[in-house]
Parts: sequence; structure tokens; C-alpha cells
Amino acid sequence: MSETNEGAANATNMDLLRFATAGSVDDGKSTLIGRLLLDSKSIFADQLEAVEATSVAKGYDYTDLALLTDGLRSEREQGITIDVAYRYFATPNRKFIIADTPGHVQYTRNMVTGASTADLGLVLVDARQGLTEQSRRHAVILSLLRVPHLVLAVNKMDLVDYSQEVYERIHAEFTTFATKLNIPDLEVIPISALAGDNVVNRSENMSWYSGPTLMHHLEHVHVASDRDLVDVRFPVQYVVRPKSDEHHDYRGYGGQVAGGILKPGDEVVVLPSGMTSTIEGIDLFDQEVTEAFPPMSVTVRLADDVDVSRGDMIARVKNAPTPSQDIDAMVCWMTTTPLKPRQKLAIKHTTRTARALVKDIQYRLDVNSLHRDQETKELGVNEIGRVQLRTTVPLLCDPYSQNRTTGSFILIDEATGITVGAGMINSGA
Amino acid sequence: MTTTHADYRLSQLDQLEAESIHIFREVAAEFEKPVLMFSGGKDSIVMLRLAEKAFYPAKIPFPVLQIDTGLDFPEVLDTRDNWVGRLGVKLVVASIDDAIAQGVVIDDGKTSRNRMQTATLLNAIEENGFTAAFGGGRRDEEKARAKERVYSHRDEFGQWDPKMQRPELWSLYNGRIHAGEHMRIFPISNWTELDIWDYIGREGIEIPDIYFSHQRRVFERDGMLMSETPLNPLRAGETVEERTVRFRTCGDISLTGCVESTASTIPEIIAEISIAKLTERGATRGDDRFSEAAMEDRKKEGYF
Repeated sequence: MSETNEGAANATNMDLLRFATAGSVDDGKSTLIGRLLLDSKSIFADQLEAVEATSVAKGYDYTDLALLTDGLRSEREQGITIDVAYRYFATPNRKFIIADTPGHVQYTRNMVTGASTADLGLVLVDARQGLTEQSRRHAVILSLLRVPHLVLAVNKMDLVDYSQEVYERIHAEFTTFATKLNIPDLEVIPISALAGDNVVNRSENMSWYSGPTLMHHLEHVHVASDRDLVDVRFPVQYVVRPKSDEHHDYRGYGGQVAGGILKPGDEVVVLPSGMTSTIEGIDLFDQEVTEAFPPMSVTVRLADDVDVSRGDMIARVKNAPTPSQDIDAMVCWMTTTPLKPRQKLAIKHTTRTARALVKDIQYRLDVNSLHRDQETKELGVNEIGRVQLRTTVPLLCDPYSQNRTTGSFILIDEATGITVGAGMINSGA
Repeated sequence: MTTTHADYRLSQLDQLEAESIHIFREVAAEFEKPVLMFSGGKDSIVMLRLAEKAFYPAKIPFPVLQIDTGLDFPEVLDTRDNWVGRLGVKLVVASIDDAIAQGVVIDDGKTSRNRMQTATLLNAIEENGFTAAFGGGRRDEEKARAKERVYSHRDEFGQWDPKMQRPELWSLYNGRIHAGEHMRIFPISNWTELDIWDYIGREGIEIPDIYFSHQRRVFERDGMLMSETPLNPLRAGETVEERTVRFRTCGDISLTGCVESTASTIPEIIAEISIAKLTERGATRGDDRFSEAAMEDRKKEGYF
């Protein structure tokens, strides 16, 4: 972006893909991640040696690559992944951040967490078993969290003699199921994580398959257009006022662009006050930029001396979110004490924090069958349901389907300070 | 910058930068008394650069805290002073020797300075009433760190409980704490060692000379090359020789090893680590070698 980066490696121009995986050891998820890391040379010799030594000490017959990601002592003791682990690898054109999450139903909240920031979700099925309750649940969660790209990796193809028929059957079954979900982009890839078929290298055992390998797809899937570049949303995070002789009159609004493209000269509205002004300039450190778009962190200066503070939102005059105190959302509950009507919680939405009252729990969603249970009026840990909230101040929100930043919120227990829920705002009521 | 982004694509390094700036601003807005833990190493320098950008043209609205182990590389202290001077930011130094003198830390002759750092740090946080402390930890460094949140809660004893971590979704950070507790903040969680170097190269910022290839009198200990210094006496059988080396990390001089290297520019360093076979901690940090869960255990006690 400046002259100093011309000499730097092309790494500075690399793209970023965040993807979430879910599954248990049985699906071969750890083997798959291990292979992606190994084949992209992202595992170092000392890490591999440590894992090999532990595997031998535990008397395993093979090197358990799960030990690479199971970072906590309690996880290693129990032999299960209980938390989200972040892993990193890169190929010449793209850097990847994997949010590796446990697959069991009692860890749904961890999967929701991992999926919240993902561009792509990777669901694994065992070719011998086909779609299971677990793989359906994973697809439902990825769809609820509006992860725009989904890959169904049909694993262990080596154990079904690389049968095209098996692959086609699972593909068809999943496609039918997916019609009930919001999955804009689906790729179904037959692989063997253990043997390496179609992971990085094209399989010689499945000449009937003409689609991409998993790595090729991860490297080339187009994610830039997933962002909303139309509807300007700039939650004000921090007011920059130097109060120095050199920058005596400087007043800027720091924040990360949540939607749309901001340009100097644009007429804007500040919410909730409704005051209008014009963008005078946009600063990125010591340089002025001609445009700002998601997910840039910039400082916006306005031409008029309007009252703007943290929690406000800058939008376009004819395209702004409607401030509302009545929120209708899908909520994933994350703590053992159930969520009940009349409960009061703290709510954090973009840079705005308020209090919320639970008015109603309309239904609980069975994430395995998509059945809506309207009998139960509470949400237990790891359960997802449709909830109506009333907030103390208006929130400046959009439907989550339109904008994952201005459409999401977290719920906080005011006594313990713990994050107890995650919400995705519905469109209309 | 006057470029028009025809495809509105942001490089991964720019995305990481934007995420880190967001975190700095969020903490500055929501916490009463933040502080940035600064070791003088490359990661904390990148943090300081990101903080500079987050609040520019205003000054960084919180002080910088350094734990003086008495075993710091002089080159690292020089770099620290240059950065602090240029940015006009307040520097708080907490010294292990002072903490020992005050009886806050017990030197039993067996505990490493690295472990005594933890007690000194917690004492400094408590004495100054800091409610949030930025650290330069990265998730690619070590597997316990791979599971740590960006906002990592510490109880009134400064301890981390990995089983009780708060879920962290989207970029919505929960900064609620009770009196006496504090939050560790890791704004460069998602950066890798390579990203740090790419960024230092791109920004053209000052880092300590010891990261670049130089001649140094070293000896071998536990398979690592250690600096000859009065602070780290030789043991029986150890012999000193001059080698061409550089450091991959900047910890305390008695525990931090160097690697043989001729890399004297940032592109050369990038080329070198791109083909490295050992993690930076595995190669050069004595403190992580004690057990498989060495980092997790130290983190639970309140380490960085």
C-alpha cells in the first residue's frame, strides 16, 4: 500500500481464508488437518517429534496427529478435543486460519464459535457410513452462522474401493438435505486423508471424479465477494482526539468498516441521532485513503462538528439500519444455567453495549432434524432457539443474513461477566 | 495511498493489521487502565507499531510495561528506549531484583529468572491497578496458546483457567472483569512468525540488532547455542567459540539460544525461516523444554 512494501516478499499480497472444521477422531478430521499441515510444510520437526514420542509412550500403533491440535493437558488426558484450536498454514497465494472444533453435540457452542468467523466450513463424512446425525448437525450450524462456502469431504474412499456409486449416493443425499439450509456454495469432494487421495494431489484411484482436490478448492474459492460492499455500516469504536499543538483541531472516528465503501465527499448519517454530515477524509495511520471497505480499520473525519461517540453508527442517508429495541434472533445458549423468559442480560452489539430482557423463547431448534420445538420455553447449554429480546437502548442492526457484523451480538451474564449466548438477528419478525 | 482497489481485496497482512487495530481500540475504549507488556522483542515491537497506528495522530493512550529481568540483552534495551522515546509513551519498569529486595519474589537459587518474571509481572499489574495487559503471544507459537482467547481472563491471583475460557465469537470481545481481576489481551494472536517478519520488512521499523547475523562468542548447552556472558557462567565441559549467529527470539540471556545464520537482512531472514525445521521456541527457548505442558503450566500461573 505504500512504497516500502515493494521490496517485500509476495507474502504481503497473500489472500486470507478462514475455515472451520468439525468432527471427531473417527471421521479422520485430525488426520486430514495433519495432512494439510504436513503437505504444506507447516508442521515443524520438533512438533512432529513431540507427537511421535507421545504416541509411542501411550502405546499407539500410529502417530496420533490429534495430539498436535489437542493443546491442553486435560484434552490430552481425555483423548478428546474440547475447545476451539486455531491452526495456521500457507501456500504461495493464500494464508489459512483453521478453527478446529470438536464435533460432538455437547460442544455445539464451540462449533458455533469456530464458525462465527469462518468463510468456509469443512464437514467430514466417513464414506462407509454416509451422512450421520453429526454431519447433518454440522451443516445446520454452518448454515445458521451463514458460512458462505461449504465443503463436504467424503473421507475414507480407500475403504469403499474408491466407489463412484458410494460418492454419488452421499452427494445426492446431502444435496437434498441442503435444500432446507442456506448454503450458497457447496462442493462435495471424495478423499482419503490417510492415503492422500484428492487432499493435495489428485487421486489416481478416482478417475471418474473431475472436480478439484480439497487443497485446490481451498486455494481458489472466491471469498472477496462474500462481503457486503453496498450498504455502508461504520460502527464508531473510538474517538481519536490528539489534543496536541500539531493536531489541535483533529477529531476522527476510529472503527472497522462493517459494510459498504466509504469515500470522502459521501453524505452520511450518524445514528441514532440522525444528524447528517459529509465525510471530509479517511485516515489510515499517517496516510489519507480514497476509499475504505470491509474489513479495514480506519479513522473517519466528518466535515461538520456533530456529536458522535462510541456505539454510534455512520451509514448513508438513504441506506441506514433502523434503530430498534425489539430484537428477534436465533440464540445459541452457552452456559449450564438455562435461558428463560424474563431473564435480564447484558448485550454487546458492534461497539454498543446495553441491557436486554428476554421477552419470549418462541421455539427450540433441533439441530439434527430442524424440528421446531415450541413446547419448551427455555434453552439449555448448547441449544439453539428463536428468542425475542427488548433492549434498554436501540440497537443499530441489520439481519444477520445481510451482514454478519451488524447482525450478530453476544449475551453476557451481568453477575459473572461470562459470555453466555450468541445471537443472530432475523430479518423482519 | 491513492490506489483504487478495483476488486476491494485486502491482503492477509492488511487484514491482520485491521483486526489488531480493532482490538487495540476496543480495549482502550472499554478498559479503565490498560498497559502494553513490552519485552523489546520483535512481537512486542509489532504490537507497539499497531498501537501507534490505532490511535494516530493521538499518542498511545496507555503506558508500556517492561519486566527488567536483569538478564536482558543490552541491544534490546537500546531498541526499547528508541521506541519509547520516539512515541512519547510512558514506560513502567518492574525489576525482578527490586521485587526480590521487597520480598515480593523469593529467590531460592533454584527458580529460573523466567519463572520469577511471573511473580514480578503480577505484582506490577496489581500495584499499578492495570485492568488489561496487552501481550505479544501468537497462537502459532505453542499448542496451549493455540487455544487461548484474544481476551484471556485472569482471576485475582493472576491465574488462567483453560477450562473456563469464555466463548469468543465474531469480533465481539467481552471485557467484563471483577475488581482485582484483569484481562490479558493478545492482539496479534492470528499472526505467524512469518507474518511478523513480513510486516517488519514492509513497515521498515527498528528491531534489535541481535535478530540479524553477527559474530558472537557462544557455547553449547542442551543442544542450544548460548551467549558468553558473566550473567550465565560456564559449566564444566563447556567451551566458548566464535560463531556467525542470530537470535530468533529475545528472551532472557541465560535461557535464550541463538542459531547459526548468515541472514543479515529481512528478506534473508524470511528465506531462512521459510525453510526452518524447528519452531522458534523449540529451537531457542530453554523455558519451554521442561515438559510437554511447560507453557500451559506457566500460563496458568500468570505468565505472559
